[in-house]
Amino acid sequence: MFGSLLGVLFDGLAYGMLLFLLSVGLSVTLGMMNFVNLAHCSFAMIGGYVTVTLMNELSWPFFATLPCAFAAAAVASVALERTLYRRLYRAGELDQCLLTIGIVFVSVAVAAYIYGTIQQPVQLPSYLRGSVTLMGMTFGVYRLFLIAAGLALTLVLVAALEWTRFGAQVRAAVDNQRMARGLGINVDGVFAVTFALGSGLAGLGGALAIDVVGLDPAFAFTYLVYVLIVVSVGGLGSIGGSFAAATLLGISDMAGKYYFPELGAFLIYLVMVALLMWRPAGLFGRR
Amino acid sequence: MSEPALATRALNKSFGSLAVARDVELTLPRGVRYALIGPNGAGKTTLINLMTGMLRPDAGRIFLGPDDITRLEPEARVKRGLVRTFQINTLFPNLTALEAVTLAVCERRSLTGTWWRRLPAHRDAVDEAYGILASLALGVHCHRLTRELAYGQQRLLEIALALATRPKVLLLDEPAAGVPRDESAGLFAAIAGLSQDITVLFIEHDMNVVFRFASRIIVMVRGRILVEGSPDEIAADAQVREVYLGGARHG
Amino acid sequence: MTAAAEQIAAPHRHLEAQIRWRAIETVFWLATLLPLVASPSYLVLASQIAITALFALSLDLILGYAGIVSLGHAAFFGLGAYTAGLAAKHGWGEPLTGLVLAAGVAGLVGYASSFIIARFRHLALIMITLGMGLLLLEAANSASWLTGGADGLQGVRMWPLLGTFRFDLWGYTAYAYSLIVLFLTFLLVRRLIHSPFGLALRGIRENATRMPAIGASSRAHIRKVYTIAAVIAGIAGGLLTQTTETVSLGVLDFQRSADVLVILVLGGAGRLYGGLIGAIIFMVARDQFSGINPQYWYFWIGTLLIAVVVFLPNGILGGLNRLMSRWGNR
Repeated sequence: MFGSLLGVLFDGLAYGMLLFLLSVGLSVTLGMMNFVNLAHCSFAMIGGYVTVTLMNELSWPFFATLPCAFAAAAVASVALERTLYRRLYRAGELDQCLLTIGIVFVSVAVAAYIYGTIQQPVQLPSYLRGSVTLMGMTFGVYRLFLIAAGLALTLVLVAALEWTRFGAQVRAAVDNQRMARGLGINVDGVFAVTFALGSGLAGLGGALAIDVVGLDPAFAFTYLVYVLIVVSVGGLGSIGGSFAAATLLGISDMAGKYYFPELGAFLIYLVMVALLMWRPAGLFGRR
Repeated sequence: MSEPALATRALNKSFGSLAVARDVELTLPRGVRYALIGPNGAGKTTLINLMTGMLRPDAGRIFLGPDDITRLEPEARVKRGLVRTFQINTLFPNLTALEAVTLAVCERRSLTGTWWRRLPAHRDAVDEAYGILASLALGVHCHRLTRELAYGQQRLLEIALALATRPKVLLLDEPAAGVPRDESAGLFAAIAGLSQDITVLFIEHDMNVVFRFASRIIVMVRGRILVEGSPDEIAADAQVREVYLGGARHG
Repeated sequence: MTAAAEQIAAPHRHLEAQIRWRAIETVFWLATLLPLVASPSYLVLASQIAITALFALSLDLILGYAGIVSLGHAAFFGLGAYTAGLAAKHGWGEPLTGLVLAAGVAGLVGYASSFIIARFRHLALIMITLGMGLLLLEAANSASWLTGGADGLQGVRMWPLLGTFRFDLWGYTAYAYSLIVLFLTFLLVRRLIHSPFGLALRGIRENATRMPAIGASSRAHIRKVYTIAAVIAGIAGGLLTQTTETVSLGVLDFQRSADVLVILVLGGAGRLYGGLIGAIIFMVARDQFSGINPQYWYFWIGTLLIAVVVFLPNGILGGLNRLMSRWGNR
């Protein structure tokens, strides 16, 4: 009983780290520019497909593909930001939703066209496969890796935010855009870089997710819902909020699937709606 | 002695460590024209937000006539006659001027619950709206979209919307803000033409306007009321001079 | 008439002129009769379009007129669909009363949820509507004893309409039925939009902050319009069940909520006919494309959506409007 609880927590935490990677970029950029980018998971999908292509077509080692997944997603996001997103910074939420939904549609179609609709297989390196036994319980190696990677990246992000000049500018821009501009901070530039970084992280998340949840063209839609839940529950512009919400969601989802399989995702949605009604700005959001 | 039109008692509000209203005590008798002045960030607009219910005070009470309205929703306060205009135009961009004022009139007459009669069938409401616009020289523009009106006309529309609610107490937040000198005549004529039954409190930075229209002046600094008095008293007050002019210069 | 009286009379005339029934509207509605006289192979598609148009009209009420962005409107469509289906399955196959029942159930749930909806704005509102839609879908999925789960409801049999018109295989009865319901509902919505209530809705959309400042109770207005929209969406869902004699989980899924949003934006929200025009274009295009390749459909609708948002922010009707006003000014 206790063992299974720990197992659920472990798997849930790993899943949560994945969700965190996928969501943190959206949370920060939403908090900064209030731009509703529903195509965020398309960038994740790009990262996933880049990894698949590099590994399966060009036989690259897994770890080598990860920076490329990051870079590809970041570059794609910059291209889209320059051409399309820019025009809609002043527009309402609905227009932004619709533009980005349109982009999701197109990305799903393109992915299906190039790769087909089947799940993409990926061969993890041998040292990441299998499981390890600690204190009488087995833990998946890959999931351990995900948790470690997730925590490490969180620390890097938080450190960068607190101790670098760029991080301070990001915090200022999220807190009060007009004031930040008034202080001479190049908010547009900060946003562009943050947007690229956030999308890159999503791409990385997409690549890391392949082994855990699979990759197919519907990824852009399926995980959009989860990412939106993390972002709205965690609070816009908050890394800590995203971390908490992602962990909560990951563990709740695992627990739900394990203990109440008949309910499906019902519990998740119920918890989200209830949480949002209690705190509309998210757990750690402002206003 | 009749009760004041609007009064606040020990009104307090802070955002974290930033106190925007400190023990604000105000008493506005009926029909008087009050000017609320003070440096930027003094908390003047915040005070209006507190009085109209857009902000909840941390402590204190607000009275409209004999009634304690501290717990009332903003729209309920408007229905009782406490109305404001906004410093930045808060209008309905894609409604025509006539539609906007008619909407305010319909809300007052509780017509917005009805959906089976078309709008033009409510002749009285439309006529009343037109009348208000005409009195502010906007009659000829009544069919233009709000976003197509000139800035000065939009400021007048702000006032028209407020008048349509038949206010007893009118709070004007910098009514002439951003309006060039040559266009503001109509605006001030409108303000001067306001009925004597209406109690008016207006926030203003232009001292000429203040001395022309106000019978009493309230000075606010850093969330606190510094002093209150007649225009002459305020003009002569040394504290006010210091706050506004830094002490050494003469106004 | 004196100059003064003429000036006063003018505001009415102008307002009345704006909301007059136009000739082109008569043309439009006469054109909807075409599938009844043309080749019957179009009837099934025509029914689908009419039902989708009704659904889009209901979304226009809350989105185009009150400014509420909902990603879960299919919930009411689905509620109406399943109610009508369950009534028929359990022995009551009378169409009109079944439709009233569907409207009632959807309206009740709409009314209850309107209390939540009216309290939120922006992202929280979008997420709550999304969440509530997904909740209902999951619940329907789990309650397969009631809904038939992934297989859908079996055994939905409709009685003849008004006792005489059987639902024929060609689809004549189905289309006439759907079209009449659409037209009558449209007239009602038109009246609503042109009333003071409709003006208040537009006020909420245009500037929600100003509304309380003129004494308007926005929340009460929103609750009312959300309930009405739920009723209409429920009618559309019920129509779908009755005309196709099937109902499955697809009536509740996110895809349907997203599609109707796209349809409304394509046609132009807040313009009464936007949902109708959008439905026609969307459904016809999808019918054409689904033959070729479903992936192509996603690609082109995505591109079209991007193009509309960037170049035609008020949808196709808005673009036509701009074109015509530019023409008029020459």
